Amino acid sequence: MIVADRKPVEEIIEQIKDHDNILILGCNECVTVCEAGGKKEVGVLASALRMHAMKAGRDVKIDEVTLERQCDHEYLEEIRDRIDQYDAVVSLACGVGVQFMAEKYHDMPIYPGVNTTFLGATEKRGLWTERCQACGSCILARTGGICPVARCAKRLLNGPCGGSSKGSCEINREVDCAWQLIIDRLKALGKLDEYEEICPIKDWSTDRAGGPRKVVREDVQL
Amino acid sequence: MRLNYPTDIRIVRVPCTGKVDLLHLLRAFEKGADGVYVVGCMEGDCHFNSGNLRARKRVEQAQAILDTIGIGSQRVQMYNLSSGEGPLFAQYATEMHTRILELGPNPIRAGRREAA
Repeated sequence: MIVADRKPVEEIIEQIKDHDNILILGCNECVTVCEAGGKKEVGVLASALRMHAMKAGRDVKIDEVTLERQCDHEYLEEIRDRIDQYDAVVSLACGVGVQFMAEKYHDMPIYPGVNTTFLGATEKRGLWTERCQACGSCILARTGGICPVARCAKRLLNGPCGGSSKGSCEINREVDCAWQLIIDRLKALGKLDEYEEICPIKDWSTDRAGGPRKVVREDVQL
Repeated sequence: MRLNYPTDIRIVRVPCTGKVDLLHLLRAFEKGADGVYVVGCMEGDCHFNSGNLRARKRVEQAQAILDTIGIGSQRVQMYNLSSGEGPLFAQYATEMHTRILELGPNPIRAGRREAA
């Protein structure tokens, strides 16, 4: 899932200081799971912003809505009939949702309420870690299901660098060396001979280096 | 044990302090409460294992938010006691009451009057 982290309330207060009718818009998908932008976080942020406004003696209307998703037209359409009552929206969706919202409601100021961080997994409640960089050309079949693009600081494709020490990366002792993990897993799978195969130069044109990407599926388009 | 404690405290009964959510704490302040304290069982004695530990975390989250928006973290507090400690319950009530009297009313009430 897409992992996001809450923005400091002070930053959001600064962003919306000139608005009096504000919609806090949550998203029921990834940001709900990582406890950054779901219905609960919408409620907490709205309550904090209302109290801040009341304390300053300002009469500010702050409403709460949480959509199923903010990255699909049909869910964003659900607020079309009420969006005009507001003069700003704080979207707690990931960067995708914020931008899709901005595209759909062109005249409405949209402010991000979270910092979109990475594609990752929930290791335990309150701990999310990166697993994928969406490079567009998956090599997990060759690397024991552990991604050196996302998890090796140097994105090395043919074994560890000299900075790998006792299973840790040189950038930080707490970061596992991705290649140590890969070798350990290949060993466990009895496929260590695959480690000897040289990985050819990766086609990075499918990564961000090739500019904004798109997936076109004419077979499912109507 | 006819103990006395301040009368301007409103008790909201919950099945376990684990039921108390961050939103409940914030809404209380939003509606004008001057202070909120949560009284749970002793840590390690929760019938539901971690209810009082969850409550403590939520109280800490509320404290951080109240500090950020200038209402003050001292207005929300977690206490722990066992069901046999009536005198301690009264003592915590008095302690919180004294603290709130020192802090004065919830600042959003003054702001609300100003807006009106």
